[in-house]
Amino acid sequence: MQTQQAPLSPRKASVEFRAVSKLYGKVTAVDQVSFTIQPGQLMTLLGPSGCGKTTTLRMIAGLEIPSAGQIFIGGEDVTLRSAADRNVSMVFQSYALFPHMSVLENVAYGPSVQGLKKSMAEDKAKHVLEMVGLKGLGERMPSELSGGQQQRVAVARALVLEPDVLLFDEPLSNLDAKLRRRVREDIRELQQRLSLTVAYVTHDQEEALAVSDEIIVMNNAKIAQRGTPHTLYSEPADLFIVDFIGDANITDVVIDKVKDQQADIQLGPLRFTLPQRGLGQGPAKLAIRPDAISLSADRGLTAGVVSKAFFLGRLWEYTIETEFGALFVTVPGRAAPFVVGSSVMLDFDVSGMVLVHDCPDKKM
Amino acid sequence: MFLSHLPRSVLALLALAWASVLVLPWYWLSSFDATSLNGSLAAFWLVAHGKSVWLAGLLLPLFTLSLVLLPRLSQRQIAWLLSLGGLLALVMLLGQGFAIGLRGWDWPWVGQIVGTQVFGAIPIQQGLGFGGYAYLLAALMLMSQGLARFGLCRGDAFIVSSITLSFGLITLFVFFPVSRVLIQSVLVPDGPGGGTTWAFAAALHKLDDPSIWGLACLSSTRNCGVVWNTLFLGVVVGAGSTLLGLAFALIAGRSQWPFKPVIRLLSVLPIITPPFVIGLALILLFGRSGFFTGLLSEWFDIPRSRWIYGIYGVTLAQLLAFTPIAFMILLGVVQGISPSMEEAAQTLRADRWTTFRTITLPLLRPGLANAFLVGFVESLADFGNPLVLGGNFDVLSTKIFFAVVGSAVDESRAALLALILLVMTLAAFWVQNVWIGKKNYTTLTGKGDSGLAAILPAGVSWSCALFVIPWSLFMLCVYGIIVVGGFVVSLGRDYTPTLKHFETAFKITPSDFGMQFSGSAWNSFFATLEVAAISTPFTAALGLLIGYLLSRQKFSGKSVFEFCTMLSFAIPGTVIGVSYILAFNVPPFEMTGTGMILVICFVFRNIPVGIRATMATLSQVDPSLDEASLTLGASSLTTLRRVILPLLRPAIITALVYSFVRTMTSVSAIIFLVSAKYNMATTYIVGRVEAGEYGVAIAYSCVLIALMLAMIILIQLFVGDRALGRRKAS
Ligand SMILES: Nc1ncnc2c1ncn2[C@@H]1O[C@H](COP(=O)(O)OP(=O)(O)O)[C@@H](O)[C@H]1O
Ligand SMILES: [Mg+2]
Repeated sequence: MQTQQAPLSPRKASVEFRAVSKLYGKVTAVDQVSFTIQPGQLMTLLGPSGCGKTTTLRMIAGLEIPSAGQIFIGGEDVTLRSAADRNVSMVFQSYALFPHMSVLENVAYGPSVQGLKKSMAEDKAKHVLEMVGLKGLGERMPSELSGGQQQRVAVARALVLEPDVLLFDEPLSNLDAKLRRRVREDIRELQQRLSLTVAYVTHDQEEALAVSDEIIVMNNAKIAQRGTPHTLYSEPADLFIVDFIGDANITDVVIDKVKDQQADIQLGPLRFTLPQRGLGQGPAKLAIRPDAISLSADRGLTAGVVSKAFFLGRLWEYTIETEFGALFVTVPGRAAPFVVGSSVMLDFDVSGMVLVHDCPDKKM
Repeated sequence: MFLSHLPRSVLALLALAWASVLVLPWYWLSSFDATSLNGSLAAFWLVAHGKSVWLAGLLLPLFTLSLVLLPRLSQRQIAWLLSLGGLLALVMLLGQGFAIGLRGWDWPWVGQIVGTQVFGAIPIQQGLGFGGYAYLLAALMLMSQGLARFGLCRGDAFIVSSITLSFGLITLFVFFPVSRVLIQSVLVPDGPGGGTTWAFAAALHKLDDPSIWGLACLSSTRNCGVVWNTLFLGVVVGAGSTLLGLAFALIAGRSQWPFKPVIRLLSVLPIITPPFVIGLALILLFGRSGFFTGLLSEWFDIPRSRWIYGIYGVTLAQLLAFTPIAFMILLGVVQGISPSMEEAAQTLRADRWTTFRTITLPLLRPGLANAFLVGFVESLADFGNPLVLGGNFDVLSTKIFFAVVGSAVDESRAALLALILLVMTLAAFWVQNVWIGKKNYTTLTGKGDSGLAAILPAGVSWSCALFVIPWSLFMLCVYGIIVVGGFVVSLGRDYTPTLKHFETAFKITPSDFGMQFSGSAWNSFFATLEVAAISTPFTAALGLLIGYLLSRQKFSGKSVFEFCTMLSFAIPGTVIGVSYILAFNVPPFEMTGTGMILVICFVFRNIPVGIRATMATLSQVDPSLDEASLTLGASSLTTLRRVILPLLRPAIITALVYSFVRTMTSVSAIIFLVSAKYNMATTYIVGRVEAGEYGVAIAYSCVLIALMLAMIILIQLFVGDRALGRRKAS
């Protein structure tokens, strides 16, 4: 087993935020946020740019001190403890490799400033470099490595101190699209192998869904919803989440009748029965996933006209004009194409449709 | 373990604090006899023997601070003890230092409470010594330790200590002296008994003085007031150097003329030339027995005269000295104009002249204004040229000097004049920041701009040449005379080649005890090298630390702090000189006459370059590097040493070179501070000039220029081509 070869055995620690806020002057970057990351879990902070993810991460690292609230790591209150005194490591968005040190020196930096002898620090660094698949590249300078390799050096440097918690700030944003999938798989694999406690920041929902045990979606400095990737996708709390996690067509509907937690709704001429999800009678919002609509030339519930069509290889993306508005539809790329201007019939899969609350605040 | 709740740094600082009162001599030059006090001049023993009994008050804060040694204190209690104890110690030290003066109470109200006499004697203050400074340092550092425990600067004691230390140093050596000028200018002596009083009315009365504000020159042949002289000179030099600089910049930046390297050389030379050397060269060319004067009188029978001594000479010398600065500023602006703008105009069917007039010139306008202001400020600050060439033409900087060292010493008059000069300079900087800072049209974008710069219209090109060629020849003459002058018996009279002047200045006689440096210049030469060698690393280190704090740390009062550090750069040297005399000639911080004050003066005049260079470099270094190091468990000191410092190499070099060169060339501030023991090269040369020994003066100048040239070439070899601006526009 690989686990036995690994030289590292990080202590697993939980991370807990209790009503933590961070203000920069008048700007509230993080507003009364509370959550817990269970030991050995990978938790993702997801949200649009500027919502406070990085600030939250930096407060775990000790690079920012909260304006209010408390932070616990492994049950210990570390709120006022400096970054150097926390056993937390971080992989920076820009990697932040020291440009004047070789790869080996970079990785050995942590142990050596902790007072370890140079030779021991370098032995340790070599082990970790081997673990992330960079054996033999220790003598290179960071500038002589590819983006993916640099990223792995940054991970190795963060891992070598066997941190209680490992932090990633948008680790894939400097990689090209092809590499992203592989690197994110590597990160997830490493995290599970060493059962690290990881906080991971990204603004890319697909990445978040792929790597996480749990996701916290942030919006306007607050937590919008937290849950497993599947929960967020299938039971979004509000319009913001629906829009952010996977695309969706948002349409206005009317709830006719509510019974046994099921709601009868009217979508133009169509009628569906969907889980009620706490909504009452009257106007409501319905989210329809683009892949929950299927197109055919002759069979379906309602008719529409193709107004845009894009072929992306794996998928066809269509915009269909219907009597209840334009709908965005994706169809597997192997299906027969429809030309712009032709009329099609639409069918709906209720498992891809969900009733949602309006946004609590409309600032988005 | 006992005391394990305290870090070693706190224990060491406490030990230092106690040593400062128990062991170290409290005063600098103590009038007490050491033998009569059983050998110790420490504060405690002075008090024990009934001398300077008020020093007993210093012990109280030390007891407070030492309470942290008690077991079972919470971190918060320790924080309070250290902060308050440190603060109390500072208040005690400074309070007793300033309350008691050379002749009893300086703060009369204290005397009224405690009585004029303390234990039957009028209290007399003396300058602090090692003990006093150690006490000050320990108090400041312990207070920082306390503040860090309250979570300041993320609880990082090193950062808090660095900030308070830098703050303290800047306050003591920039803010305090300048404020002394302000105070002194409104103080008047209070009759023969000594003591002074505040007298705004008297100060206003002093201001109303025809020698300062008079406008007699408009209506008669008499001289105008010194303020108008200074202002007039500044405007003429500002405008002239801007025009000349523009001509040079257009030729260097926008033409294919072959002699551009000569221009570059001519623009670097003044940076390593002590400013008054130009004035000296002018005397050698145009003085009564000058080279050209001689030629003109032989060939055309033009009588020898002293026209060069006065406004013409000073203007000419300053133009020669400051045109290169205007050139550098304008060259930057000329090269910064994006060629695509001019190309755009040309594609809109504008001819070359129209393009120049409607696009290039307007884009240059802020640069021109900036060059003008810099020339203006340099002229205000210049001291060497008016001193050697001024004759009867007074400017503020020389007037200030003579008010301090002349026959009628009047410190409050010097302070008043210094205040006027300071206000004028700061007003110019203020205009530069507020007015020009907002109108920066630099079109450098960082994107590849592949256009070709427009070629100058022929008319413009020829008019520039009309300025550039004669002026270049003139400068070559000036530098030629500096080189030649040292090797002939007497310029203008006797052109026999000789090494006499070098011998007088730099003679080395072999003797029984090895080499003996018997030349008259060695003394000041070695003193200069020594001061440069000590002040340069300090300047660089402090500049680096402050630059790092300013660009990487958040703390309140940061902008005030930054302003104060820049202040010492903006203040004319003469004002600094006066302010140092006012501040450091009297207790408690008495240090005039020592070599230390020269070092300190240079350090605080030259740090702004180190600060700017550090901030510029750090702005290009990703802050994540520091943070990565912190999250890897490195302290901020380790981070500074192992991550930041290696990346700051270019900034370090800039700071080192700059401060070395300035130490070798500047004269205005230190001419107030030199003593017989510590004479500097520049002040020695000025002295030779005043004594009419031009040969020695010029030979010595040559040696200085050669030395600095060698330094710069060495550095260039190590780090490649780096611009060495003397004073950069902000
Ligand atoms: N050092 C800072 N000073 C002032 N405002 C900041 C600072 N850092 C972040 N902010 C503000 O806080 C908010 C959240 O920033 P951040 O956490 O970086 O967002 P995200 O990482 O989600 O994009 C933003 O509005 C940002 O402008
Ligand atoms: Mg971010």
